[in-house]
Amino acid sequence: MADTRPTASIEAVESGLAAQGYIASRQIATAVYLSQQIEKPILVEGPAGVGKTELAKAIAAWRGMKMIRLQCYEGLDEAKALYEWKYAKQLLYTQILKDKLGEVLGGAQSLAAALDQLHTFGDVFFSKEFVEPRPLLQALEQPAGCVLLIDEIDKSDAEFESLLLEILSDFQVTIPELGTVSAVAPPTVILTSNSERDLGDALKRRCLHLHIGFPEQKLEERIVESRVPGISQTLRKQMVGFIHEIRSLDLKKLPSVSEAIDWARVLVLLQAGELDTEIVKDTLNVLLKYEADIEAATPQISSFIAKASRQGVFS
Amino acid sequence: MRENLHRFFRAARGAGVRVSPAESIDAMRAVAQVGFNDRDILRDTFLLTLAKTQDEKRALGECFDLFFSQPEPQQENAEQNKTDDNSESGANPSADEHGDTAGGAADADVGPLAQMLLSQDRSAISTAIANASGAASLPDIRYFTQRGIFQTRILDAMGIQRLRDDIDEQTTRNPALAERLQEALNGLRGTVRDAVSQALLLYGREEAENLRNEILRNAPLARIEPRQVEQMRTLIRQIARRLRERYSKPRKRQRRGHLDVRRTLRRNAAWGGVPFLTAWKRKHRDRPKIVALCDVSGSVARVSDFFLLLIHSLHEVVDDVRSFAFSGHLIEVSDILESNSPEEAMKEIMSKVGFGSSDYGNSFADFEDNWMSAITPQTTVIVLGDARSNNLDPRADILRRIGERSKRLVWLNPEGRMVWGFGDSEMPRYATFCTVVRQCATAQQLERAVSDIVATYQ
Repeated sequence: MADTRPTASIEAVESGLAAQGYIASRQIATAVYLSQQIEKPILVEGPAGVGKTELAKAIAAWRGMKMIRLQCYEGLDEAKALYEWKYAKQLLYTQILKDKLGEVLGGAQSLAAALDQLHTFGDVFFSKEFVEPRPLLQALEQPAGCVLLIDEIDKSDAEFESLLLEILSDFQVTIPELGTVSAVAPPTVILTSNSERDLGDALKRRCLHLHIGFPEQKLEERIVESRVPGISQTLRKQMVGFIHEIRSLDLKKLPSVSEAIDWARVLVLLQAGELDTEIVKDTLNVLLKYEADIEAATPQISSFIAKASRQGVFS
Repeated sequence: MRENLHRFFRAARGAGVRVSPAESIDAMRAVAQVGFNDRDILRDTFLLTLAKTQDEKRALGECFDLFFSQPEPQQENAEQNKTDDNSESGANPSADEHGDTAGGAADADVGPLAQMLLSQDRSAISTAIANASGAASLPDIRYFTQRGIFQTRILDAMGIQRLRDDIDEQTTRNPALAERLQEALNGLRGTVRDAVSQALLLYGREEAENLRNEILRNAPLARIEPRQVEQMRTLIRQIARRLRERYSKPRKRQRRGHLDVRRTLRRNAAWGGVPFLTAWKRKHRDRPKIVALCDVSGSVARVSDFFLLLIHSLHEVVDDVRSFAFSGHLIEVSDILESNSPEEAMKEIMSKVGFGSSDYGNSFADFEDNWMSAITPQTTVIVLGDARSNNLDPRADILRRIGERSKRLVWLNPEGRMVWGFGDSEMPRYATFCTVVRQCATAQQLERAVSDIVATYQ
């Protein structure tokens, strides 16, 4: 059931997201709360796999709204993002209606009269019937509001950003043939970016800017706990500690939260009671995605495990 | 409170966070929602609404902590200080207890500032400083050279003149008291100096950095001091980032509006030529291919160093860079630059070819013999050097052939145009075969030169 009322407090956001299995830090909760209060989109930046896309999903699930996702890529244009004329359908209809056209115009005595009669049919072929709504337009048309996720905006072209400006600031789009379409209910807009290129100031100005980094150890333990309930407490502490040690290395791609969850699942599947060098070596490829990274981390494994378990004892 | 918010926005701008009016309005609306009670939430709110990159977030976070560690100017107290000159001791009984050993003795004869100092009321003093800072418009401080004048202004506003008179007067009548006052004055000077320094840190950081960068950008690269090399490297990295942002756009783009008739007809042959599917023309852009020949002898070495650093930090913009270094003879240095840090790479290059007397003719001959095939009609060839060939054969014929093979041939010369052609400079002879010849002695000129080269491919 859709709940479009703004949420009461930051704590309510936190607990609401937690109920969907998304453990939000205080900053994330504040961002979500503010975006609802002052009706602004959130631009989420951060390394891959820290839960940027998950955040949008969790908000949608929590508030019982539909989530519409627009995946950005190089060359994405308004025909794929906003709306498109059903060109083939228009063409097909004109072909089918060819005979009908003869009947309609049959009564006309002169060319001018025929033209007048044609005019009365107006813009039949450029009406709502022939508009194919793409994600952005769909999001505006949802009667109960929705969560619009514009994923990896940094992959799209700079021109596409300008296209978004109207929808982000006024929640409306302009279709030249039909006029301006305003949102039935303003959607909650989440944009994500991996910082592959810097976004324009105009876009940033219209958004709340949220940076999600790697979580702190306690928070990450809670995240793993909520996602992989079967894992024992000691193992959880050890593995999160271990991952934090790995992140201090200079690697091509640091393991992020999604890798941590995957690894926790793997460890549970292998029925590991606690970390040891053997099992870490065997499963390191879940955490690290480059051969060079694995090679760099392998000699450190035993010292990291020792450190991680020491932490477990004292905390 | 609104006044405080405005002061904070000003401080944020001082810290290098670009706060536009629209963003400050957003921030105010957001603050109205969350309130001032929880400092952490307030901090998060500002970080969300004002700072739009991670660097800005860091700067703003520091700025927030610094700003809210300052005492806020309290208007009511200021009024009190002015009105009840002499009854001040009555208003602050607790403070008076500390100071009554000597404070009570000459209460009536000295001015308000002296009384305040004698009573050692720290909160009153800091309030007075804050008020005086407001009167002296301390938030306008921009450069460290202004510290002195702001200190004087603040002390003046606090009534230091009266204090000095008091001290002069008391030296004869009550030397012990005068000494205490003198000591307190020194302490006060220190406190004010700290306050001004903090304000400079808060409001003036960005300006100071801009000024320094501006000076650095226009300094001749060949003559900068060793301690500035690191700053210059940072600056070059900034330039590289700026160029990347400007030019790293996608190469292929769909151009709607231009129908590709041939492809459309071919695609729709199955429907008897009725164009159900349309195909649109695409425009293809090349990324720059660059071959750089850098003189690393003598005074040109520094410029070459920064130039190579810049060119090699443009991976996203430039498809293919091959760098060559020469003085007496020429070697390829691309791999050295790719696999080492800038400092090490330069050291290695210098040990291989540096410090010889330059021989342009011989180096060009080396290039023609071994690497001429690297030049294609899409390549821009950049030669960086002063064209001083020690009166050896300049081999301008090779340069002509290079120019004919390439898209463009650009010569960057660190020397001023005035001296081209004098002494052993072969510049006029080389210049005839070059598409562009530029002077390139400062970071700014370097940026323009590289920017122009990359722009020809857009």
